[in-house]
Amino acid sequence: MSLTGLFLITFLPVHLLGNFLLLAGDGGEAFNVYAKFMTGNPLIKFISIGLYAFIVIHAIQGVIVWRVNKAKKGSRYAVQAKNTNWAASNMGILGTIILVFILIHMYQFWLKMKLGWIPPVTIDGVEMSNLYATVSGIYSNLFFVIFYVVSMVVIGLHLSHGFQSAFQTLGLNHKKYTPLIKALGTGYSILIPLGFAVIPVWMYLAQL
Amino acid sequence: MKLTLKVWRQKSKDHKGNFENHQIEASEHMSFLEMMDVLNERLIEKKADPIAFAHDCREGICGTCNMVINGKPHGPMKGTTVCQLHMREFNDGDVIVIEPWRAAAFPIIKDLVVDRSSFDRIIQAGGYISVNTGQAQDANSIPIEKDVAAQAMDAATCIGCGACVAACPNASAMLFTSAKVNHLALLPQGQVESSKRVRSMVKQMDEEGFGACSNTGACEVECPKEISIENIAAMNRMYIAAVVGQQDQV
Ligand code: SF4
Ligand code: FES
Repeated sequence: MSLTGLFLITFLPVHLLGNFLLLAGDGGEAFNVYAKFMTGNPLIKFISIGLYAFIVIHAIQGVIVWRVNKAKKGSRYAVQAKNTNWAASNMGILGTIILVFILIHMYQFWLKMKLGWIPPVTIDGVEMSNLYATVSGIYSNLFFVIFYVVSMVVIGLHLSHGFQSAFQTLGLNHKKYTPLIKALGTGYSILIPLGFAVIPVWMYLAQL
Repeated sequence: MKLTLKVWRQKSKDHKGNFENHQIEASEHMSFLEMMDVLNERLIEKKADPIAFAHDCREGICGTCNMVINGKPHGPMKGTTVCQLHMREFNDGDVIVIEPWRAAAFPIIKDLVVDRSSFDRIIQAGGYISVNTGQAQDANSIPIEKDVAAQAMDAATCIGCGACVAACPNASAMLFTSAKVNHLALLPQGQVESSKRVRSMVKQMDEEGFGACSNTGACEVECPKEISIENIAAMNRMYIAAVVGQQDQV
């Protein structure tokens, strides 16, 4: 869980940086060029296959841990006092929501791109898919904007426990560095999802 | 003070349990266990079956007096066992729900008493030092740094009560096992066998049917000896190193 989780954590900032090109204000030119590069480059292809594999492994591990632990607890208390934070004891629920989000998200952009359902655009004489238009189309729908923002809150909660938990599992704790890791984890789980959430909101408002 | 107790009653591991309600008049100076004693005397007078609950030292050092009070293992007071909990922590008219430890590896024997022999078997798997110590030697013959001695002592205060398992939503025994692994590994006498010890104790812990740690931290919140989950990280580190550098079988 910890190793696959840490890998997935490193993926998010990279994804976010690319996405910020959506806000470049150039009618999507930079973003479309970037999207073409990402779909064509063999190294990126290799990394993304690894990424999908890690998502699947992480999810399977999660289901196993959840099932085994539930059986090992046996029965539940009639009264349950609050002795952990909510995210820590609901990682399975949060993870499931995230998985559903990823599937919808990949259908909306990645699959359409792969199937060539995205209308073309010509930039500097090169024809490419106008992914930007698809993105801004989806983000003109308030329902999807809310869906994306809520999903980012869920990811933030999942990260808020997952980030520092991964270090604890790997035994990487230290009097001096553990508070730092925890602070970093909190910052990360707020800033990264916030960065992602800004994009649909911004694009929605820009189209009003 | 007048209290309503909702107590878990269960004849044996294989019976279905249920809550039983009792009204009791208690003094705020009573300990929680004394209050339970009074209740049992009433039950015996009425020729009813008294509530089985475990206790021994009644001074907070043996780890026997285990019950979950209003959802909290060892009750509402931090860093305290049930026997050290007093009725002044409650208010007149309170409803108190009392349940046994819940974990598959701690089967219920009767009512509030659970079988914690799984912990004993974890200790038997390696929670000792296998040298003949002979006569007690001079206290200063092996110099140990103060910080390290204090850390070892903190881990050694674990009384093996099982509240960590009871509190854990995964019924994981990592806090207990790590406390035992660490207090020995931190001192020179225990260091020698630490690699083998951590592997055998973790193996036994898994075999006993405890769940996997997901770092919820509930254990350290409820531990009556306030053992820190830093011990779990330290054990994880030791375990990874021991498995990677493994030379012998356990
Ligand atoms: S670690 Fe704490 S809660 Fe767990 S057995 Fe030891 S004293 Fe009890
Ligand atoms: S009876 Fe010994 S710790 Fe409570």
